[in-house]
Amino acid sequence: MTRLFTALLAMLLSFGLAAQAQPLRLQITEGVIEPMPFAVPAFVPEDNGGSQYAEALSRVVAANLTSTGLFREVPPTAHIARITSFDAAVSYPDWRAVNVQALVVGAVAANNSTLTVKFRLFDVVSGQQMGQGLQFAGSVQDWRRMAHKVSDAVYSQITGEGGYFDSRVVFVAESGPRENRTKQLAIMDQDGQNIRTLTDGRSLVIAPRVSPAGDRAVYTTYQTGSPRIALMDLRSGQAQLVGEIPGAMTFSPRFAPDGRALVFSAAIGSTTDLFRLDLGTGQMVRLTNSPAIDTAPSFSPDGRFLTFESDRSGSSQIYVMPVGGGDAQRISFGQGRYSTPVWSPRGDLIAFTKSHAGRFHIGVMRSDGSEERLLTASFLDEGPSWAPNGRVIMFTREAQGGDPALYAVDITGRNLRRVPLASPASDPAWGPLLP
Amino acid sequence: MNLTTKTLLLLAGLALAACNNPRPGLFAGGGVDGFGSETGITTGTLGDPNDPRSIAHFQQRIGDRVFFTDDSSELTPEGRSTLQGQAAWLRANPQFAVLVEGHADERGTREYNVALGARRADTVQRFLIAEGIAASRLRTVSYGKERPVEACAEPRCWNLNRRAVTVVSGGVAG
Repeated sequence: MTRLFTALLAMLLSFGLAAQAQPLRLQITEGVIEPMPFAVPAFVPEDNGGSQYAEALSRVVAANLTSTGLFREVPPTAHIARITSFDAAVSYPDWRAVNVQALVVGAVAANNSTLTVKFRLFDVVSGQQMGQGLQFAGSVQDWRRMAHKVSDAVYSQITGEGGYFDSRVVFVAESGPRENRTKQLAIMDQDGQNIRTLTDGRSLVIAPRVSPAGDRAVYTTYQTGSPRIALMDLRSGQAQLVGEIPGAMTFSPRFAPDGRALVFSAAIGSTTDLFRLDLGTGQMVRLTNSPAIDTAPSFSPDGRFLTFESDRSGSSQIYVMPVGGGDAQRISFGQGRYSTPVWSPRGDLIAFTKSHAGRFHIGVMRSDGSEERLLTASFLDEGPSWAPNGRVIMFTREAQGGDPALYAVDITGRNLRRVPLASPASDPAWGPLLP
Repeated sequence: MNLTTKTLLLLAGLALAACNNPRPGLFAGGGVDGFGSETGITTGTLGDPNDPRSIAHFQQRIGDRVFFTDDSSELTPEGRSTLQGQAAWLRANPQFAVLVEGHADERGTREYNVALGARRADTVQRFLIAEGIAASRLRTVSYGKERPVEACAEPRCWNLNRRAVTVVSGGVAG
């Protein structure tokens, strides 16, 4: 694992202070009607090695910002000013003339296997630099990650939200006929790049989750012929079965926020209940004991509650209960079936899958069930997964008769987009922001 | 490749598969050979469907599967009739063990469907036990919506995919 570290000064302005000081500001929660125009000229190469990354870095930053739907790029062909030196004064009138509001100026140097990337963000409207600028150094192989770091910093300074570009997604890569699908666990950067398969496809795998630290994944595997839970070290690719219960099918595993325990489902006879497994001691505790199906659990980020789906009322609905079990409160009361509740990393919202009148939706509600909003609608949408900043949701969409694909939407319901992948994919599990 | 060559290759493949049957017992834990164990299908002679003791007879004449309505694990009258036939066959052929596979259609979420398939398989298993089949001969597995038998995204296919399949194989499990 290559190291990537922040080298220059930490940003001095806290986001709270920035909110008062900066005229450039986007409020994501309100939904942005008019995207903010920005420019990212090719980064300035500071040595020969850096020149091969100069253009590519700026393109990745531009693609990231554009993908949010909050920003609109003013393309390099429209630029009047030319950035030839990282430290030269910015000619604001030239940028204002092409209606740019946010300007990212970057530079790159490549020394042996080490790449150094730095950038500054300028508020063209008020004619001043925003924040202190940052420098990143790491392996040349991680050049895209450095572009993601730049993107995250720009996004954070302008929106006041945490970033999510330098993060990875574990998902299921699909191939072969529908009746005998091959499914492999895979991992990619959040923008669909650097795909790596983690299992060989001989065993069916479904519904992975990433550990809070991003170092492990849990998923359901059919490697024994029956559903079992596998825990994989993402660095080594080594996996082991955990949480086995004699006579039970076990599935739907989720990490506790501290990464030390799992909650999962076990089907025993006709009922499916929730269990907790301490990964350190192997101790297992039953959390629910109903004749119904209790599955798809999700921890609140503070670790005090679990939300899950149950058909104890007759059809699938969403419930919340204390993390150790006990009284479960139903929180979904709209029409249709509710499934796969997933607690936002910010703790304020629960995302879910809803099916009603032959359509499937991804939606969000507050954790008390109020303020339900549907974000999507299609033949089959399911399995929401939150970006680390709790502002974007990735999910599986399958058109009628088509192959599944990964889509993302922001929590205002705007900016629905397909994650660009060349082959069918499902069950995204968004990991944490990388260090 | 002409049809004759294809047929020969297919036959050769079947013969090879028959020789290389990797499964020592019905419920031996799989793992290494992945899908071979997951489908619960063992390789062997199915026999003549006109022979009432053959697996082919069980599959084709009695019927190896029952169907369910949407989001339900209740047996239909047709399903109960099929299972009564299965139970009679299993009573007459005590050397066979059974893996009941529960399946769901694609109109539900993935993990809920695993649980729903488990409930459907359990319904069939309970019915067979009530009909006098020893529990030691029966096992269940759920595939959720992962193994549709019909690929079309329409009700006529979903009706066939919401099923529990009784997979018969030689050798009673220990």
